[in-house]
Amino acid sequence: MLEWFETFWSTYNTLILSIGINSLLALSIALTLSCGLLSLANAAFMGIGAYAAATLTMKLNCPFELALFLSILAPICVALVIGIPTLRLSGVYLAMATLGFGEVLRVIIMNIEFIGGPMGLNGIPNITSFWHVLLALLAVIYVIWRLKTSKIGRAFEAIREDEVAAKLMGIPVMQFKLLAFTLGAGIAGLAGGLNAHFTYTIGPNSYAFENAVEILTMAVFGGANSLLGPILGGALLTLLPEILRGLKEYRLAVNGLVLILVVLYLPNGLWSGKFRRIKKSMERNKDNHQHV
Amino acid sequence: MFEIKNLSKNFGGLEILKDVSLSVQKGSISALIGPNGAGKTTVFNCITGLVKPDLGSIQLEGQELIGRASHQVTRLGVARTFQNIRIFKEMTLLENVLVGMHSHLDYRSKDWLLTSSRFQQQEKQARDAAYELLSLFQLHHQHANTAQSLSYGEQRQLEFARALATKPGLLLLDEPVAGMNRTEKTGLMKEIELIRQRGVTVFLIEHDMRFVMELCDHITVLNFGQVIAEGTPEVIKHHPGVIEAYLGAVEE
Repeated sequence: MLEWFETFWSTYNTLILSIGINSLLALSIALTLSCGLLSLANAAFMGIGAYAAATLTMKLNCPFELALFLSILAPICVALVIGIPTLRLSGVYLAMATLGFGEVLRVIIMNIEFIGGPMGLNGIPNITSFWHVLLALLAVIYVIWRLKTSKIGRAFEAIREDEVAAKLMGIPVMQFKLLAFTLGAGIAGLAGGLNAHFTYTIGPNSYAFENAVEILTMAVFGGANSLLGPILGGALLTLLPEILRGLKEYRLAVNGLVLILVVLYLPNGLWSGKFRRIKKSMERNKDNHQHV
Repeated sequence: MFEIKNLSKNFGGLEILKDVSLSVQKGSISALIGPNGAGKTTVFNCITGLVKPDLGSIQLEGQELIGRASHQVTRLGVARTFQNIRIFKEMTLLENVLVGMHSHLDYRSKDWLLTSSRFQQQEKQARDAAYELLSLFQLHHQHANTAQSLSYGEQRQLEFARALATKPGLLLLDEPVAGMNRTEKTGLMKEIELIRQRGVTVFLIEHDMRFVMELCDHITVLNFGQVIAEGTPEVIKHHPGVIEAYLGAVEE
């Protein structure tokens, strides 16, 4: 039994860790989306976290835990700086501005010799374990879950639905947008820090446009309005290319077809249809009992 | 208690408001009336910080409102509803009202993260208060439904409940009975009277003259951005300037 598990783990550990990392990324963008912000900077924030953590462990022999902590902090600081001017934009304009930020960052990283320039960083120690990823995922889920049940979660939702009405309910809209943006950046950075320490190598092109869109796709595919949706999306979209491996050259086509079908028939994502409706009606019954 | 002095606003050379001054007595139900395009909604937008006037002052209990952000104006005790209803459609009725209580929920990050007793107690109190506000408008049976499931009239009532949740001293209503039928209007009149009895001053914009004349203590008439008359409903009804603004001058 143990032997079987060892073979299984050595074959699939990268895949399993990737599921965790992608779930974290999907959660990070779902959080900014919950405040009505379509930001595509999360891949860039992941990159900042990855570079920060890898530089610290490789060049400064920093303990892994501290490096991870700074991989959260560094993107948060950057998000604060770029968030104040860009969060005045809404909709696709914000998406374009944040995408532009990602490109600028990629070019900057490419030109810094200290962190490897276009070659990136190689030979990053393999430290991330299953438990690190699980713990990070559970911690992030817990924080988002608590946040959603508090006045902050309600404020995010109100801002997403109607910004003017939210303002007139006494909600400082700009502050809350900045909060959603920076929290998302922190989670993406953590995912980057964890990811760098099991892939051996990172480069400036690992955090570009395609990755930004992929992160968004995972959240939307799973259902960005719920807590479980992004995790489901992250897991399925990581597994899908592996499951379809047998299809060889048709793999990408089928992958795309699955995405199209989900968007067509479940526009709010997988975790939004049947399951959620059942859950809601159960809650309703519970609430009715309380107030009889 | 609430005073607007010399309020002026230009939009690209067009004078929307010219030297508007008016006052609203504490505890009264007052109205701002006038033909379409007179600038009534702009006055409301200036009060709530959505539009910055060029000149003038707006004071609530001696506090200057101009220059403050909208959320600060709300915290000073001004709430409003909109001409085109702006409720949070995908949230439940209870959640809508809870959003209105945002600034009255006083707990910190550690409270919601660790579900402290302070968090639980405040959330419970807010929920009970929200439920009570909904029952004021007979909406409490639907508290767990999403707001989009409500009828037009009910959505307006939900907007009132949500506005009251911010605990205002002054409630601004922008065309509260627009699109309502006779029965709904009478119901709403009673509800506004109830709101006044809770100690809230009501200042409303309305086109329905029968509604305004029956309900209000004081009326200000705006035409082309200028105050042309003010006084009790009796005075306004017979004011020649008002009749002219609404019906046009009698041709000789």
